[in-house]
Amino acid sequence: MQTDKVEDILAVASAWRAQGETVALATVVETWGSSPRPAGSRLAVTQTGRIAGSVSGGCIEGAVADAAQATMKTGTPQLLDFGISDERAWEVGLACGGKLKVFVEKLG
Amino acid sequence: MTPDTLARLEAARAAKRPVALLTRLTDGAQLLHPGDDVPAPLAEAAQAALAADAARSAEHEGATWFVHPHNPPLRLVVVGAVHIAQALVPMAAAIGYAVTVVDPRRAFATEERLGDRVAISTDWPDEAMAALAPDARTAVVTLTHDPKLDDPALEVALRSPAFYVGSLGSRRTHAKRLARLAEAGLTEAELARIHAPVGLDIGAVTAAEIAVSILAQVVAVRRGAGKAAS
Repeated sequence: MQTDKVEDILAVASAWRAQGETVALATVVETWGSSPRPAGSRLAVTQTGRIAGSVSGGCIEGAVADAAQATMKTGTPQLLDFGISDERAWEVGLACGGKLKVFVEKLG
Repeated sequence: MTPDTLARLEAARAAKRPVALLTRLTDGAQLLHPGDDVPAPLAEAAQAALAADAARSAEHEGATWFVHPHNPPLRLVVVGAVHIAQALVPMAAAIGYAVTVVDPRRAFATEERLGDRVAISTDWPDEAMAALAPDARTAVVTLTHDPKLDDPALEVALRSPAFYVGSLGSRRTHAKRLARLAEAGLTEAELARIHAPVGLDIGAVTAAEIAVSILAQVVAVRRGAGKAAS
């Protein structure tokens, strides 16, 4: 990946799709509190396990990537809600205490 | 995202046309603005998101839509293919700027010195700047130290909506520059827009460190970081 593609995850995802990969795109659509990444931040995931971008500081990317695999199989988009209490946030790794919603869709 | 929406979104981006992607979060239905027949309240939200360059949500007919602006890259115009430019070009590209270097001295303005991720113009700076037409998403930095090259570029930049104008040179050099530009007819308000000495004061010494200080100042101004940008 070229360094100037670090923020342009759509370009990365689109290039992967053009290579014949099945790709899902996750986008932060709402945040509250101390979420580290603003709305619009993206994570791209392929069925083969390639990952680019981020939707948090690294806390929930694993959970989002798992959900993305399901969306790639079914084609059905998902709205993931990581808006949970601070104590439970620790369990899914959102140690910052922020809350966010992530929209996951299959690309193309 | 349907293949059709993706293709049209990528086409707009490739043509450097601003476009907003609207997604209904209940079922994933998507529209592009401009492009699709978008209901007026959502089109307004799309325009606002593009203007602010920030995503937002909008309610329409009982559903929440995510409004995601896709603006063309910010631009950085560097006048002077000098040593600092060689450091500045790849750093600016790395943070997502589309970079153009202007220098009529063909011995300096070469792909060998600047790499292949930059547009190079060897026109005279006044012509080059007029062609580049800096807009509100453009930063301009002059680095040549040579009034024959820097001044004509600054004259265009200071009368443009460029969000940042910086000029390399000591306080003494800058004082002389201000006098020349005032003589050339630029107003006090226009001259006050120049960031000089250029860059944040981080004690930079090397060309690469000076490039970091310049780029940090460009980001600070872009993000409205107040005093840090002065």
